[in-house]
Amino acid sequence: MLLIHCPYCEAERPELEFANAGEAHIVRPKDMSQMSDEDFEAMFFIRDNPKGINLERWRHVHGCGRFFNAIRSTVTDKFLKTYKAGEPRPSGDEIAELMK
Amino acid sequence: MRNFNAFTLAREALRGHKGWGKQWRSPEPKKSYDVIIIGAGGHGLGTAYYLAKEHGITNVAVLEKGWLGGGNTGRNTTIIRSNYLYDESAGLYDHSVKLWETLSEELNYNVMFSQRGVMMLAHNVHDVQSAQRHIHANRLNGVDNEWLTPQQAKDYCPPLSISKSARYPVMGAALQRRGGVARHDAVAWGFARQASAMGVDIIQNCEVISIDRAPSGEVTGVQTTKGPIGAKKVGVVAAGHTSVLMEMAGVRMPLESYPLQALVSEPVKPVFPCVVMSNAVHAYISQSDKGELVIGAGTDSYLSYSQTGSMHILQHTLDAIIELYPMFSRMKMLRTWGGIVDVTPDRSPILAKTPVPNLYVNCGWGTGGFKATPGSANVFAHTIARDEPHKINAGFTLERFRTGRLIDEAAAAAVAH
Repeated sequence: MLLIHCPYCEAERPELEFANAGEAHIVRPKDMSQMSDEDFEAMFFIRDNPKGINLERWRHVHGCGRFFNAIRSTVTDKFLKTYKAGEPRPSGDEIAELMK
Repeated sequence: MRNFNAFTLAREALRGHKGWGKQWRSPEPKKSYDVIIIGAGGHGLGTAYYLAKEHGITNVAVLEKGWLGGGNTGRNTTIIRSNYLYDESAGLYDHSVKLWETLSEELNYNVMFSQRGVMMLAHNVHDVQSAQRHIHANRLNGVDNEWLTPQQAKDYCPPLSISKSARYPVMGAALQRRGGVARHDAVAWGFARQASAMGVDIIQNCEVISIDRAPSGEVTGVQTTKGPIGAKKVGVVAAGHTSVLMEMAGVRMPLESYPLQALVSEPVKPVFPCVVMSNAVHAYISQSDKGELVIGAGTDSYLSYSQTGSMHILQHTLDAIIELYPMFSRMKMLRTWGGIVDVTPDRSPILAKTPVPNLYVNCGWGTGGFKATPGSANVFAHTIARDEPHKINAGFTLERFRTGRLIDEAAAAAVAH
């Protein structure tokens, strides 16, 4: 079972308290009716699905209830970092630093 | 290749089974092939087999980064059924069941297909309505499926508890008698053996590291850990790693890869005569010919390529198994494992051409690809050979996520596929 650090509760808790909520940093459109089919497909269906570092959303559903983001390796399942929703997408350099 | 028959078996029995030899060749790769299939699981090996057998294309290589049948082909719970709700799915999966019925004879290899029946339990009013809707839809599509009362379900599967005081009481069940199980390794081995005999090169321990494209865009070959290999056409049949491979050709996929876990118990005498699945409590179970209970658990909630999963997923499944079959409460579980399944947004597979010329993809089988092995391979070979889909897989395109013409088994079948 994964141990996950909630950046709001500032505590490490078992995976059972959390729900994965898919890829992070997908920008929802302001006016969906104006989107082209290609853009809608890319936003709604297409996913990075990387073998390696993944940026993903989690929700502390049986805790504070809040959404946050995480940097995790999909090869080792290890979390490198969790951060609050709304914080900017970490840069490649930042991720490389965390992997050291 | 030597045929298996009563005569050869008797002769080998007399000389200590020393004359069987290797069942398939392990050649070094040639410079180029007409078709390269990436992934030597059941679907990939079957595709090569049908390319050679039905389309006369024998200059084919199947590349495998690990060993043959070592991915999800060897990790599933071997359940075969075709009781899907939608017309497209019923067509595809029933095509597969029909091929299963004659596969051992066709391959001259015993795949141990056993039509012992697949029973799906209903635990609440919604389950009952949904199961009956499936039964009617299936029968309209010529797929057998019938409704059983709780007592009839108990008669069909005596270990099942139909106690009214159970936490999730059994209110009835849908039974597909043509469903069952098969020996999963034998399917890969049988396809490999026949494909190899017809000239297909199966190249193991050969990982594809990039896909080559001409300036005009079409695929021209692959770079591998054994060097470059040219190809007129490339078919990606890589299950959980499809996104990684398609990225090499610049195609982003509507896929997410999750661990799916399964486990087996210690072997015991025959106690469990059929396959029983319960979508509501998420447990499915059958007994292998070795005597192990084969139990399928759920997917983990997060992306992973680690081929392991979290313990609480297994625990949840075993809670349900013990509730439904109290007699198994003291069985010891021997082994657990995980496989990486590629899941599409509508939980239906993609068996199609891609935006890149000469590149084809067979993926998105999610948690239920084993049952489709021969059918998928058969229509995918057609798609590659003719450069157009067979009418059975015409709806399983990559473009459906753009057009909205989904095959939404996700909503139709709840969790089990």
